[in-house]
Amino acid sequence: MERIPILQMGPFLLVSIQVDMHDQLAMTLQDDLTEQIVKARAKGVVIDISSLEVVDSFIGRILGNMAAMARVLDAETVVVGMQPAVAITLVELGLSLPGIRTALNIEKGMALLRHKLDAGGHRC
Amino acid sequence: MMSTLGKTRFPDIVNRCQPQLLADWVQNQLSAASFNNGLMRESELREQSRQFLHALGEAVEHGDLTDIEESHWDETREFLAAVSRSRALQGFTPNQTAMFVFSLKQPLFQLLRQELEKQPEALIDEILSITRLLDQLGLHTTEIYQKNREEIIYQQQQELMELSTPVVQLWQNILALPLIGTLDSARTQVVMETLLQKIVDTNAAIAIIDITGVPTVDTLVAQHLLKTVAAARLMGADCIISGIRPQIALTIVHLGVDLTDVITKATLADAFAIALQRTGASVAAAERA
Repeated sequence: MERIPILQMGPFLLVSIQVDMHDQLAMTLQDDLTEQIVKARAKGVVIDISSLEVVDSFIGRILGNMAAMARVLDAETVVVGMQPAVAITLVELGLSLPGIRTALNIEKGMALLRHKLDAGGHRC
Repeated sequence: MMSTLGKTRFPDIVNRCQPQLLADWVQNQLSAASFNNGLMRESELREQSRQFLHALGEAVEHGDLTDIEESHWDETREFLAAVSRSRALQGFTPNQTAMFVFSLKQPLFQLLRQELEKQPEALIDEILSITRLLDQLGLHTTEIYQKNREEIIYQQQQELMELSTPVVQLWQNILALPLIGTLDSARTQVVMETLLQKIVDTNAAIAIIDITGVPTVDTLVAQHLLKTVAAARLMGADCIISGIRPQIALTIVHLGVDLTDVITKATLADAFAIALQRTGASVAAAERA
């Protein structure tokens, strides 16, 4: 079965979506990601959607769900590399994904997570 | 209809008396109150008139005067279109442009009257057919003129649209978008697209939207602004709205628009200071030696 790879980079997980997301694939990714977070004890997730040209309301919701689930499991989620056209479409659909952090590219997303981790480290 | 009348004198007159016709016609156009001397030189007018008469002379040789859509009228129609186009650009009114053709009637009828003095019935038939022909040509001019005007307006609209939405880079990672004029849906779309594209191109982390030049902010404009901010946020860039004048702050609050999720500043300078701080840059006065 077709799956989207989830890579581990230190304390973070990297999900790079390179194919068109259909609903079943999104559901599978959601399950895989939660399992991986627990298994790897990840502190952050970077979801790269720079190759996605179409994001519908369902995928938008799945992204929101994944971020919410990750937060419950103590991991921050950053969605990176959204195309301008996709951003405009999502806004026009009324989906501004309020719970999700965003960054322009993977590098900036990683920096954001690392910054968060460092800031959190002092607390405990 | 022409064939039942037998031979029409029109082609003969146009071609034989062309010099005289031209002189009378040009004189007529120059003396007309509607002719604006400032827009066009006399020599240019004379040349246009000469070319038109020449084309007309060629076309009427083919006989049929009833339908100007036929192929032997191509040259005449194209020439008229060119005249119409140039006049639209020169700033002539539609009236003045159409008068170019219509004013040919008077000298033409005078010539006909001299020619057909003894045959009033033939004269009337000639006048009828020529009027019909020239009316068609005149209307053709107006139509082309109208089309050109619309093209010019459309072009200007496009240019204005592009002119009015510049995105400038203030600093590394900092973009500014000075908005001038009213924001409607179409413009918001363009603004959003250019801003997002620029964010991708320059890797910007912060975009400052300056609304000093936006005359009024109503709920719709505010909604458009919020949409732009949300789209930029989805891309991973933060937005700051600056240049909010006191009256606009008043209206925003009265309308109940919620801007709490957006950073707002009174001036572009304040917004820039915040942006610098966020990107970790700072500006300091150079120490004097």
